[in-house]
Amino acid sequence: MNAIILSAVWGVVMMFCGVFIKSKSLPKYIAVAGLSIIIIVNIIELISGNSCFHFQTNDMIRTNSFNLLFITIALGCTLIYFLLSGSEIEKVGPHVGEYFALIFFVLCGVAIAATFNTLLMLFIGIEIISIPLYILTGSDKRNLKSNEAALKYFLMGAFSTGILLMGIAFIYGGNPNASFYIDKIQIGMGEMPVMIAVGLLFILVAMSFKVSAAPFHFWTPDVYDGAPTVFTSFMSTIVKVAGFFAFIRLFEYSFGVIQDQWQRLIVVITIATLLIGNITAVFQQSVKRMMAYSSIAQAGFMLLALFALNDKAKEGILLYSAAYSLATIGFFGILTKMEDYTIDGFNGLAKEQPLLGFAATIFLLSLTGIPLTAGFQSKFFMLMAAVQNGHQFWLVIAAVLFAAISAYYYFRVIQAIYFKEATQPVTQANSVTTPFKIMLVVIVALILIIGIYPEIIIGWMYR
Amino acid sequence: MDIKAYIALSLTLFTIGIIGVLVRRNAIIIFMCVELMLNAVNLLLVGFSKMHALSPIAKASLTYASDAQIFVFFIMVVAAAEVSVGLAIIVMMYRNVHTVDVNFLNRLKN
Repeated sequence: MNAIILSAVWGVVMMFCGVFIKSKSLPKYIAVAGLSIIIIVNIIELISGNSCFHFQTNDMIRTNSFNLLFITIALGCTLIYFLLSGSEIEKVGPHVGEYFALIFFVLCGVAIAATFNTLLMLFIGIEIISIPLYILTGSDKRNLKSNEAALKYFLMGAFSTGILLMGIAFIYGGNPNASFYIDKIQIGMGEMPVMIAVGLLFILVAMSFKVSAAPFHFWTPDVYDGAPTVFTSFMSTIVKVAGFFAFIRLFEYSFGVIQDQWQRLIVVITIATLLIGNITAVFQQSVKRMMAYSSIAQAGFMLLALFALNDKAKEGILLYSAAYSLATIGFFGILTKMEDYTIDGFNGLAKEQPLLGFAATIFLLSLTGIPLTAGFQSKFFMLMAAVQNGHQFWLVIAAVLFAAISAYYYFRVIQAIYFKEATQPVTQANSVTTPFKIMLVVIVALILIIGIYPEIIIGWMYR
Repeated sequence: MDIKAYIALSLTLFTIGIIGVLVRRNAIIIFMCVELMLNAVNLLLVGFSKMHALSPIAKASLTYASDAQIFVFFIMVVAAAEVSVGLAIIVMMYRNVHTVDVNFLNRLKN
């Protein structure tokens, strides 16, 4: 509750900053200060269970340690994102305050999508996430690629919203309790009512659109490629894991009892996502586009949590959100400093900027899932959850094989960083500042710490 | 009237919307088709709300199955917010390429 209200309020504050403050660097500090306050208040709510705000919500929003912990992770990753890439946001355009305001509104949506208890709140949460993102995607107004990405994202997003709503309407119609509450959806014994089945399918398709799972992934590479790189970093991490969290929460509470009926569908989607994401990423020359496909591939791994839906899967999705967001934010942070976004553009990075080369290597190793990094622990938890589920054991084997394929394209970048010679300047020399390097070291340290002691995240769940 | 008639009408509208999104090339028309999809959902929700209002469980409940009718207002508000952002994006694109034809959107495919 704290995070929802405070991030919305701080979004408004940031909008006023955009109007009244002429300085370009000040909004960043105000945003960081506000976000720190929200994180502290949220952690207090996580520990004590008391919210600063008490509203009559009719149980439409329900908090517990699981989703509060997720919100804390999302907010924490955003804070790191602000500290690492805040100066890049200032370069996108003249309206710095508004960009930060939109990010705060997205965070408000993330908090709603993580705590919803009715389908109404799910819909509103997802829309509050999506609408500011359309604007952020198109924020580079003179750039045709950015325009194209924004229009594509908008049309696809609105289309999938329509499908989601149709699903919700059918679920409501088929529910004899006449209620939108996700725990009051009465599915009945034996045969599933036709309207519930249709609604379930519609919702599954729409949520797959939102988290870019195959075969509904085709907007992802174009949108992630066309959007300004700083905002790609935000929307491929925090927003994506929030979508997954909502997906899992919905399917756990409302359709958990009929898991064996939709599990086979999820298996097909998972395999297709892993296949398309990993195989297509191999052929990419642009690193930014490769990261877009890699995010589809990582989505395939997160779908394993949806497949398993047990306690390990819950721990896994929290770890995965943290590990994947940290590594991707860090890598995109380095990518924004590069002169050239192709793989050849990384040639000789380690010679010119040893620290950047080392940090990029750690991030890529974490994304691959090499032991001692957070990525390994999160993938391990996901696979363990799938094994514990007991059905379709071959899915686990397939997932491991696809993770091996992903090593090819991640290691190609590492090879370029360390074993190739640069022909031209690799980074924009004066943009690599000391605070940026310090933040990179912090992220690397976090990834290694989580990789060795995953309990520091999942331990919070059982307080 | 039977609820099946409402379902049929609303699914017809929804399908017209989907086909429009898939077939038409003009960004504004695609956009209108999306709105048509949302309005088909509105119609269906109101129809279901009326259907549930006749059932004994709903009669016993506090809200008297009016949740769906309130949901419709939320959909309208969100659709309005989406229109404002969407039209701004379309105008932004029109200023740069002087067309709203989505076939022009192929610069990202390489």
